[in-house]
Amino acid sequence: MLREITLGQYYQADSVIHRLDPRVKLGTTVLFIISLFVFDGIWGYAVAALFLALVIKLSKVPFRFMIKGMRSIVFLLSITVIFNLFLTPGEPLVQIWKFGITKEGLRLAVLLAIRLGFLIIGSSVMTLTTTPNQLTDGLEKMLKPLNRIKVPVHEIAMMMSIALRFIPILMEETDKIMKAQLARCADFESGNLIRKAKSLVPLLVPLFISAFRRANDLAMAMEARCYRGGEHRTKMKPLHYAGRDYIAYIIVVCYLVGGIAAGKLIPVLLSNILA
Amino acid sequence: MGMGLIKVKDLIYEYIRRDEEGNVEGITTAVDDVSLDINQGDFVAVLGHNGSGKSTLAKHLNAILYPTEGTVWVDGKDTKDEKSVWDIRQTAGMVFQNPDNQIIGQIVEEDVGFGPENMGVPTKEIWERVEESLKAVGMYQFRKFSPNKLSGGQKQRVSIAGVIAMHPKCIVLDEPTAMLDPKGRKEVIRAVRALNDVERITVILITHYMEEVIYADKVYVMDKGKVTLQGTPREVFSEVDRLKELRLDVPQVTLLAHELEKEGFPMPKGVLTNQEFLEALDQCISEVG
Repeated sequence: MLREITLGQYYQADSVIHRLDPRVKLGTTVLFIISLFVFDGIWGYAVAALFLALVIKLSKVPFRFMIKGMRSIVFLLSITVIFNLFLTPGEPLVQIWKFGITKEGLRLAVLLAIRLGFLIIGSSVMTLTTTPNQLTDGLEKMLKPLNRIKVPVHEIAMMMSIALRFIPILMEETDKIMKAQLARCADFESGNLIRKAKSLVPLLVPLFISAFRRANDLAMAMEARCYRGGEHRTKMKPLHYAGRDYIAYIIVVCYLVGGIAAGKLIPVLLSNILA
Repeated sequence: MGMGLIKVKDLIYEYIRRDEEGNVEGITTAVDDVSLDINQGDFVAVLGHNGSGKSTLAKHLNAILYPTEGTVWVDGKDTKDEKSVWDIRQTAGMVFQNPDNQIIGQIVEEDVGFGPENMGVPTKEIWERVEESLKAVGMYQFRKFSPNKLSGGQKQRVSIAGVIAMHPKCIVLDEPTAMLDPKGRKEVIRAVRALNDVERITVILITHYMEEVIYADKVYVMDKGKVTLQGTPREVFSEVDRLKELRLDVPQVTLLAHELEKEGFPMPKGVLTNQEFLEALDQCISEVG
């Protein structure tokens, strides 16, 4: 039951996007998200859609696989859209009982659906094409300047990668404890929400105790292998930009400029032609 | 000859037991006046029952614990000296009991590279060290695997490779086989013996399995924090009755030879292997006629 949960899902494939430096992918994702809020008008979003489609095509991750991971978020997305649709004041279009759909509401709802949808697909392209390890490495290197204001960047990255390493181990342990408690007639399934929550106590307490014990052992093992934080540390797999990474950066800048220009210029051009 | 690689003099280590409010309940002396002298290239085994203080002793050799009284020198450096802590940890590498709780990397090769990374070894050399260490324990073909997909014995061999990659003079193994099945135990002991024979790395093996110590150059038996018996495996295993008193299991052939001797057959003391036993038995039969 617990095995089925996949965290930081990675889709193994051999594509340009997979081979890009994780810093490029992280940076692009952040810029893409910002662009969704900077662009306005239908033409800006057309450019964003084009860009996203291109990246997905290049990544060789099947679109269906991508959508499958999004199902759980559709519910959240539709709630936000519905609220915006009905609760925005303005020029009324349709009236259903006490609730009216306004022109502004419709515009806002569509905009929000596009923004959130693109945001989720965009960031899932990143997690699908980057291993958790590369991701933490990339984050560490990107956030290194924050070291100067005393943010323990290396330590945070190390914690993330250790957490990732221990997820399957703790899952297995949870499974084992669960079976042990079931064998002693523990009941995890029946009853209302409060009873169910209460029944988790005999599961969580031993799990926490064992997690702390593991953490203690691991800290000792790390120190025994001369771990003393990020200073003076070398990397077995250091990150180096290759030619394709610079090209990717140029493409992203082109995309940003193109998107903003399209949003501003195309409507003007169109109105000139029509007039 | 000067000082050995590891020298322990009059070591005493006390745990302070506290109750829930933090008041001192009592003091347990985990290691009580132990002295050892270990030379470069030795294979030393420390035997003892649970709570005999053998693990506490092991943790002193890697500067994880510091002596309450007495001194521990590793390669001529006092472990109490804070400046040499990292040198000591590099000289005397340590392998622990639970394979899951000492593997840090998400891929085998990354875990083996962890120690050299910490020491600031250049990238190219890290790769060389990782390759040679994984080959030394016979795990090279698994270098791209996730540690979660390996058996216990394989995980322990990866842990050993992780220590060798730091180029230590000595490795301390704190009950490395306690959580393994018999097959995994054999794998690990074979790898450890190869390191000692081929690479001449000093090995200090802490264990409670008697079969694992018969290849050692010297055996120390601990009980209640003290070293109660020491010598070559043959000398130690000659004291079958004493070992039984300490609740340690003697290897079956040793026990059988001992029982035969007690019944009046002319068997030698401290028979260690099946081969030796057979030879001794042949001799015995021809003598008795």
